[in-house]
Amino acid sequence: MNKPTYNPTARERILSRLHASGTRQTAVPDAPLPQEPRLERDEKIERLTALMTAVRTEIHVVEADAWPKKLVELARERGWKRLLYGPKSPIGPEIQAAWSADAKGLPERVPYLQAVKTFKKDLFETIDVAVTSARGAVADTGAVVLWPTPDEPRLMSLVPPVHVAVLDADTIYDSMTAMMTAENWAAGMPTNALLISGPSKTADIEFTLVFGVHGPKELIIIIRK
Amino acid sequence: MDAKTRFDFKSNIDAALKDQQLRRNLRNAMDILVDKRQAVFPDSDELEQLRAAGNAIKRRALKQLPRLLEQLEVKCSQNGIQVHWAEDTTQANGIVLDLMHRHHATAVVKGKSMVSEEMHLNHFLEEKGIEAVETDLGEFIIQLNHETPSHIIVPAIHKNKDEVAAIFHEKLADTPYTEDVEELTAIARQALRKRFAGTTVGLSGVNFAIAETGTLLLVENEGNGRMCTTAPDVHIAVMGLEKVVEKLSDVPPLLRLLTGSATGQIVTTYVNMITSPRKKGEKDGPKEVHLVILDNGRSRILADPQLRQTLLCIRCGTCLNHCPVYVRIGGHAYGHVYPGPIGKILTPQMEGLERTGVLVTASSLCGACGEVCPVKIPIPDLIRRLRNESYDQEKAAVVPGGGYKKNLAETMVWKGWELANRLPVLNEMGTRMAGAMGKHLPKVGPLKQWTSVRTAPRVARSSLHGRVRKEGVSHE
Repeated sequence: MNKPTYNPTARERILSRLHASGTRQTAVPDAPLPQEPRLERDEKIERLTALMTAVRTEIHVVEADAWPKKLVELARERGWKRLLYGPKSPIGPEIQAAWSADAKGLPERVPYLQAVKTFKKDLFETIDVAVTSARGAVADTGAVVLWPTPDEPRLMSLVPPVHVAVLDADTIYDSMTAMMTAENWAAGMPTNALLISGPSKTADIEFTLVFGVHGPKELIIIIRK
Repeated sequence: MDAKTRFDFKSNIDAALKDQQLRRNLRNAMDILVDKRQAVFPDSDELEQLRAAGNAIKRRALKQLPRLLEQLEVKCSQNGIQVHWAEDTTQANGIVLDLMHRHHATAVVKGKSMVSEEMHLNHFLEEKGIEAVETDLGEFIIQLNHETPSHIIVPAIHKNKDEVAAIFHEKLADTPYTEDVEELTAIARQALRKRFAGTTVGLSGVNFAIAETGTLLLVENEGNGRMCTTAPDVHIAVMGLEKVVEKLSDVPPLLRLLTGSATGQIVTTYVNMITSPRKKGEKDGPKEVHLVILDNGRSRILADPQLRQTLLCIRCGTCLNHCPVYVRIGGHAYGHVYPGPIGKILTPQMEGLERTGVLVTASSLCGACGEVCPVKIPIPDLIRRLRNESYDQEKAAVVPGGGYKKNLAETMVWKGWELANRLPVLNEMGTRMAGAMGKHLPKVGPLKQWTSVRTAPRVARSSLHGRVRKEGVSHE
């Protein structure tokens, strides 16, 4: 009787080599992590501002209710034409309210409501600025944290030349570790999670720092105190 | 050994050393990188603690490697990421090509990936009529000029802005000559945005793959990596199997070490964590995400307890920046994908000592690479190990091509040396002879070459032994 020849797959062959490698004997030294910083609320805002400003992020700290006013002010000042936002996002209603109050000199609001396939050209070619909420931030390295949602999709913080993120000061954590632990990220990660520390940049030519390569040229954070 | 299988390292080095422009560009760049790293790690005690932790985390990952890869596969699959395994680069290329065909794709936008360089993917796809578009600015520059990266982090670092200006002017249609770096960057932005918007498949590497959650993590500054992994309908990620880590909590310290060592940044502009393709209701992001896990010799490297440490590497490139040899000759002279100290130990283990063992000779064993390595790979020890394996006097080589340098003359010399140091009579004879004939040290053969760039040693007329016997020991 001819037994069919068993032909292990690449996966099986790789794993069997790994299992046979004796790597289980690898010694793992005991090495505690350096102490994490413990910062007060104001210190966190300060540290985040200092680090992110250093990589050319624009930061505005305002009273919690005053952020739409700040956005409106920035919009008039910068002369944006088309502003992308998520009407159903946590900050959507307030944007709508601010525009309803007085839309004079304000950019046209473009809601991100349809799948990107039919929206791509518009998104890449006509949008000036996108406004999103931020899930939180980490103070020790200086970055905002975004978990894009169906209401605030991934490309909002990437494609338009300006990205404005609205951050609640209460959600600034000491460190990435502190945030991941407090929110139990290990239990389930979203489709995409992002740390963003500034506008996109490069130093690939002679280490000359240039901002605005493929992502936004400007990053503006409005921190609600 | 025929010339085809063994590249001419010596000629490469000679040519690089004579290229004054290259040497200036490199020196400037490496000095900047070294300074920036130093500035971002101001507290040396804390850095040491962090390095020890990084070493432990990566060791813990290697210790459980097969289990973690299986866990990663399970988690990724649950999340909707399709996992593929490749034993070698031929298989990996085949998987990518098959995916391209399935989506009728004629082009792919690429984020920076050293594994894709290892696969020679661009060349492979080109032969199959598929265009691979590099989108990292440095990679974009060298692709236009039909070159390969000369550094694993800053691939076009051997070029200065005048050279980049000439390349853009010559290779991109309707591009005026400009040496303004902002303008050059804007030209690249303009050229590539169309590609991001219009290409079906994006390809990236992986910095860390997290087994606990099935997450692929990428770091970058330009946003091209996010573009390649977000704008197209299909995202293919390629990774070496040593990239897996156990837990999400392993990531922050490794990130600090990676970005600090690579570019002197406390954090990159973007840390991009991808855990699934577009879910129902989501409006953008790829509808398919594929992960290709590549072995290509890594499982063999894993089998040796000392050499295994090669796989701790997180590809930060800081050993290149600190290497006195790399700084003088640049990446291309090494003739292979991974240059510098890490390349010296990785390439011969992947491709065999016979073909690439000559790489380990390009070291003064100054130890800088080992001192700065963020995960504490003892690179100098591994260089010496591979040198020993090249001669394989103990007949215990595990690296393919071990013992390729073994030859009768040298074996005899060492046997003679051993005897002379074991037998007092021979030793005595030897030192007398050296004393009498020392100034006539051979002016031909290997010693002539040795002394061509070094002062020949002066041998004393009589040995220390002899003098002590004659004159006694003076204690003052």
